[in-house]
Amino acid sequence: MSVAAEAVLPAAARPHRRVSFRAVFGLGVLLVMGGSAMLAPQLAPWDPTRQMLLKRLRPPMWQERGLREHPLGTDHLGRDILSRILHGGRISLGVGLTAVTLSALIGVTLGLAAGFFGGRADTLIMRLVDVFLAIPYILLAMGVVFALGPSLLNVILVMGCTRWVQFARIVRADVLSIREREFVAGARARGNRPLRLLLRHVLPNALTPIIVVATLELAFMIIYESALSFLGLGVQPPTPTWGWMLSDGRNYVATAWWLATFPGLAIMLTVLAVNLLGDWLRDTLDPRLKV
Amino acid sequence: MPGYVVRRLLQSLGVLLGVSVIVFGLLHLTGDPTRLLLPLEAREEDVRQLRALLGLDDPLWMQYARFLGRAVRGDFGLSFKHQLPALTLIVQTLPATLELTAAGLGLALVVAVPAGILAALKRNSVLDALCSVAVLLGQAMPVYWLGLLLIMVFAVKLGWFPAAGRDGLASLVLPAMALGAFSMARIARMARSGMLEVLAQDYVRTARAAGIRAFLVTYKYALKNAAIPLVTIVGLEFGILLGGAVITETIFAWPGVGRLAVDAIFSRDYPLVQAIVAVLATLFVVINLVVDLVYTYLDPRIVYTRSAR
Repeated sequence: MSVAAEAVLPAAARPHRRVSFRAVFGLGVLLVMGGSAMLAPQLAPWDPTRQMLLKRLRPPMWQERGLREHPLGTDHLGRDILSRILHGGRISLGVGLTAVTLSALIGVTLGLAAGFFGGRADTLIMRLVDVFLAIPYILLAMGVVFALGPSLLNVILVMGCTRWVQFARIVRADVLSIREREFVAGARARGNRPLRLLLRHVLPNALTPIIVVATLELAFMIIYESALSFLGLGVQPPTPTWGWMLSDGRNYVATAWWLATFPGLAIMLTVLAVNLLGDWLRDTLDPRLKV
Repeated sequence: MPGYVVRRLLQSLGVLLGVSVIVFGLLHLTGDPTRLLLPLEAREEDVRQLRALLGLDDPLWMQYARFLGRAVRGDFGLSFKHQLPALTLIVQTLPATLELTAAGLGLALVVAVPAGILAALKRNSVLDALCSVAVLLGQAMPVYWLGLLLIMVFAVKLGWFPAAGRDGLASLVLPAMALGAFSMARIARMARSGMLEVLAQDYVRTARAAGIRAFLVTYKYALKNAAIPLVTIVGLEFGILLGGAVITETIFAWPGVGRLAVDAIFSRDYPLVQAIVAVLATLFVVINLVVDLVYTYLDPRIVYTRSAR
């Protein structure tokens, strides 16, 4: 993400800009989260699915009865919570990134088509957008995932196919103004074919909002995925996911607070970091943008 | 204006038609609806009977036409699990959901609008900073986690409110807070940026220069104009909240449409699922239609052309 930001905004353009707290915090947390997710097999002290029934429901190590080898405690099956959070990050971030990519592909394509060709294509695509906005996506997603069977692939497909609307709307709005600009008319006059015009001249100029929306959508997808998991329709156990861990923790809110607290914190920190990064990108790249 | 209203109405009908296609498609996702509707161990004979009963051997367009014809009259078929018309079940549970959604939205508005406006008026103050932090946290907190935390603290530890169920005003507090938090954050943010935008307008500066007292400028000139975009947000937000209610109701065992839907999905009660998706989408479309019409009334600058949006 930062590479793209630098490409659009050379350092010289804003010589005296202070280092942004939002950017540093957002990127920092994301790097830590992403890195520990990627290295989870190496970093995690335990196998996340290993059940040690003799050590069930142990609190974090700083509490009475806590064990040093389980820093964040164990769950109702005696599985190490820290290890499960580390591994769960792989699913959350991995599914989030893939789903955002898919929904960006669909949304950008449709948004480009709607904005650039106008007329019937535009009307049709925008009505489709309205339809998808009207349907409560979480219900649709649940219905579809249940029908197709919950699996990693289906969850990604459903998430990607229900959230493309965000991309389509913003890209269309941007393209509507870009296509009236002189360089587009110039490129057209030089005999560029529509497809080339679209990909070489229009799309690169619409990249800023796409990057910003993609970042903010990533935050959303992480919440979305864990919501599906929480409801039992996400990636299936024994694969550890943050949503499942929360759902497990539900039954122990009265007796074992750490079960639900730590995965929740992991989700919140990650989403917070992504949001901060997205806000910063928006304000830096295009302050007029309203997303 | 009448032309605009008619066009907007037709457009809403078009959207509902699109919704009906998706709702119809939901049942045909796997290719064979009987596989969704019947338990896995169903006998071959039962499958055949159900196929005949539902007219699944007819061409797809005929099935859709039949579905649409019934849906328009509010007939989505019998819920398998409850053996009652799907619509009846929804009508029974909808008040609970609307109550929760309205409470969540109301709470969000009551807190967020003044907070956002104050933050804008006292820009860069401690209050503004606190507001920003609250907004960030509110937007990053998944509703199901917030719900669990609220239960942990206010129901289990302090015992102030019940943890589940729908029994009087006290039981509404926690679910409304959980559901409303995300909207609260967004609305506060909008209110703040909207207010800042209006305060920077020429007419506000002119009013100030003309010596009109500061609070009059704020309340009479700025606030009224800053309120306009908020009206649209409320419409969209209502839809988001209806969706969010699915999760909130599950956590708090709130007897609304959302919980009915989750229950229906897990018991393969697809006619009921279809009906719920259709009803919620219709509700969303109608609310946004009303909001749009109110909006044009509030802000006469809006031109009634198709290019808007």
